[in-house]
Amino acid sequence: MKLGLVLHELHHSENDLAQELLHASERHKVDHSIYHLGQDLAEWSRQHVREIAEIAGDYGQKLDHEPKSELATARRLRERGSEMLGRKGFPELALLHDLREIYTKACGVSADWEMLAQAAQGIQHLDLLAVVQRCHPDTLRQMKWANAAIKENSTQILVS
Amino acid sequence: MDTHLEEGLDADAVDRWVQTASILHSNGDALDIAVKDGRIAGVRGRAEDRVNHGRLGVKDLYGWQANASPDRLTRPLVRVDGELVETDWDTAMERIVTRTRELLDEQGASALGFYTTGQLFAEEYYTLGLIAHGGLGTNHVDGNTRLCTATAAAALKESFACDGQPGSYTDIDHADVIALYGHNMAETQSVLWMRILDRLAGPNPPQLICVDPRPTEVARHAAVHLAPRPGTNVALMNGLLHELIAHGHIDRDYISAHTVGYAELEQRAQEYTPEHVAQICDVPAEQIREAARIIGGAERLLSTVLQGFYQSHQATAASVQVNNVHLIRGMLGRPGCGILQMNGQPTAQNTRECGGDGDLPGFRNWSNDEHVADLARVWNVEPSRIPHYGPPTHVMQMMRYAEDGSIRLMWVSGTNPAVSLPELARIRAIFEQDRLFLVVQDLYLTETAQLADVVLPAATWGEKTGTFTNVDRTVHLSEKAVDPPGEAKADLDIFLDYARRLDLRDKDGEPLVTWHDPESAFEAWKECTRGRPCDYTGLSYDKLCGASGIQWPCNEDHPEGTERLYEGGSFWSDASYCESYGKDLVTGAPLEPSEYKALNPEAKAVIKAAAYLPPHEVTSEDFPFQLITGRTLYHFHTRTKTARAPQLQRAAPEVWVELCARDAAAWGIGEGDLTEVTTPRGSVKAQARITGIRPGVLFLPFHYGYWDTGGGYGPGDGGRAANELTITDWDPASKQPIFKTAAAQIRRVSAGQGPAPAPTTTASAPVGDVGFRTAGDHTALADEEVSVGGGTATDGGPR
Repeated sequence: MKLGLVLHELHHSENDLAQELLHASERHKVDHSIYHLGQDLAEWSRQHVREIAEIAGDYGQKLDHEPKSELATARRLRERGSEMLGRKGFPELALLHDLREIYTKACGVSADWEMLAQAAQGIQHLDLLAVVQRCHPDTLRQMKWANAAIKENSTQILVS
Repeated sequence: MDTHLEEGLDADAVDRWVQTASILHSNGDALDIAVKDGRIAGVRGRAEDRVNHGRLGVKDLYGWQANASPDRLTRPLVRVDGELVETDWDTAMERIVTRTRELLDEQGASALGFYTTGQLFAEEYYTLGLIAHGGLGTNHVDGNTRLCTATAAAALKESFACDGQPGSYTDIDHADVIALYGHNMAETQSVLWMRILDRLAGPNPPQLICVDPRPTEVARHAAVHLAPRPGTNVALMNGLLHELIAHGHIDRDYISAHTVGYAELEQRAQEYTPEHVAQICDVPAEQIREAARIIGGAERLLSTVLQGFYQSHQATAASVQVNNVHLIRGMLGRPGCGILQMNGQPTAQNTRECGGDGDLPGFRNWSNDEHVADLARVWNVEPSRIPHYGPPTHVMQMMRYAEDGSIRLMWVSGTNPAVSLPELARIRAIFEQDRLFLVVQDLYLTETAQLADVVLPAATWGEKTGTFTNVDRTVHLSEKAVDPPGEAKADLDIFLDYARRLDLRDKDGEPLVTWHDPESAFEAWKECTRGRPCDYTGLSYDKLCGASGIQWPCNEDHPEGTERLYEGGSFWSDASYCESYGKDLVTGAPLEPSEYKALNPEAKAVIKAAAYLPPHEVTSEDFPFQLITGRTLYHFHTRTKTARAPQLQRAAPEVWVELCARDAAAWGIGEGDLTEVTTPRGSVKAQARITGIRPGVLFLPFHYGYWDTGGGYGPGDGGRAANELTITDWDPASKQPIFKTAAAQIRRVSAGQGPAPAPTTTASAPVGDVGFRTAGDHTALADEEVSVGGGTATDGGPR
């Protein structure tokens, strides 16, 4: 059975997505919808990391229950950078790039959840299926948010 | 019937009475303007009108005096060498038109933004929407209704897939329970509140439920007053829903026949037991149970919602839960069973209907290509010319685009964002940029106008003709009574002039705007609404003249209008007809058409559940208080009119801050002491009023800016505007800024010279005697003519 490997990979990908959302939030502190929602949606992935670590023990994986975090100083540096530069019109293309990264990473996470859901149903591991059913809808909402934000911002950024 | 005339003028000596409705609040009270020697000399209520039956509130009785203020703008101004100087209309308009053309050539329509108000007329919003959307092709159009009523629209769109108020004011006459959620009706719609007081004083009075952190008049009359911690409305609503469901106060037949989404709500509500909610909201669990018992026992339930929900954290999610109460109880579309997602401004409904808030006119759906094509047919333009590739740009996003330099011309009409938007230091910095060309169209040299490149003097209520619609869909005609001062022009004429000078054309090369005056604009607007939910085709200026206001939809099938929507559980939510497919209440992402069709294939109402999320800014050691901003009975918006009406200005002459006695004692603050309120964004100096407000909460009225301080457009030696302190954050679904959830600190600066300059008559009432009571002087005397069983009695008395 290879479920442990998928959980290991997903644990990594959710951590990565949480970091991506947080970094985008901090880099675009002056873009308030990105700033606030980036933090809110990162929290979803951090919660997923905890849930994955919890159930991964059943599949022979010892994963860290605590989501990855980094020093507050690094975060403040990015926020400060955004406040200094973000009001002068440079970082707009970077915003589209960041949203694209979030979208594609969330797509990858979503695919992992799909795989787990299929396998869990096949072997009737209902505890694992319950985790997927709790977490996967969040991932889809993260994807839709990133996609909507790309739609909302592309025109203005690319034509002006 | 209430009347107030200028001193010494007798009603018999009035030359003419001219029909109109209130412009200083959202209730839509009908009134007549008294004209004497070519000037406005007073007002009286219109007894025959369905909305107010002749009653008037204080802002209407006295606010008309602002029209004749000596500091009205009478000539256009343009900026020359850094100074605003008077000029003629040709020069001012040519500057705007030249800059518009330059930007269209250099960048295209994405460089242009229009920010209007909730106080122009339907004809004016419709014209502006056509020029911006169909003529220039910009997506950047919004109204200041974003700050007050966007959540009303969003909540209705989420639950019913379409804007439009289900209820009617007459539901007050029938309801046995009235629940007011974050709605200080006694101050925001005082005549509607009188209607409730009538019920309370009569046989079979209704029970009131009040949700408000302040000791409002509504709270004083309520059977249950819930004062939750600011920012926790969703938890509170889920607690009420939990109790309704747990005790079987639901209509299963209605739910299965007329709604989708109930199962998720039932599941979501499970975790919100009264005890759990009591912890989040800091209200006693027993109060939640008692409120739910009353709501659950209601046979005819009316709910109203306003800023306590709309301007707080999770605004749309919380307001939608109020709709859900009605949907699961099957209490909709019958006398007494109504929802009033209230508006904050007199013409807010029109901003939403006519496209002034960026939505497509006639409640057309920007995500539905057939709706866009239909609008293109009405306007005779190519569908591709109407921007619909994304949602309309809301004002907070427009400010961001102006900040990053991609919106380069912003045209502000009839509103004062330099006082009313959050985080004012940032707003001023954006408007101060040289690279932004700012046009301001207003009555006075407001704080925003002082920052403009071109200032256009506008005519106002009583000086121009048009129609407007209140929250219960009642359309009123407002006729011109007097000429505007100097060279001031009606907003409609200004927009028409702009279109003419730009030579905007339709796809056949004919002029894009085919109308030339209010009535021809109204006729065009009617055509745009044909077959849409807000159908105006049965109305005309003639029909509205001399009679009561009429509720839309008004058409061949409903020639006298429509009192209640959604009778018999039929909705406008069919995917091919509805205005909106809805949004994710947390992320704000719009639903795709296919998602909506799968969710709601049979045109039912949509029950949307929501989980409580903590606010983005929470209290800390440095900022231990929660700050909420709000309004008082005596002022409207940034006081541009009400401060110019002496009786209103005297009732609330200066900013104050409210806190409770416990907090005042802990911080060593006494009544009237000068304090400084601080958040991470700025500070405001205000005298303290000690009231029965919820502990841990500070309240600041948002009306006070700088135009009457001698300090120009910003703070000199201390902030006065509440929005110096507010956070830049907005509800993800409605995009309404969050004015009622910020963390703050307060400190005593010095002893006061007397009580705080706050009214003693309202939610600002002091806990003890402060040696002063708010009362009008002899110039505030108003006449009240009471009709008793066909006869009339007259009673003059102070108001």
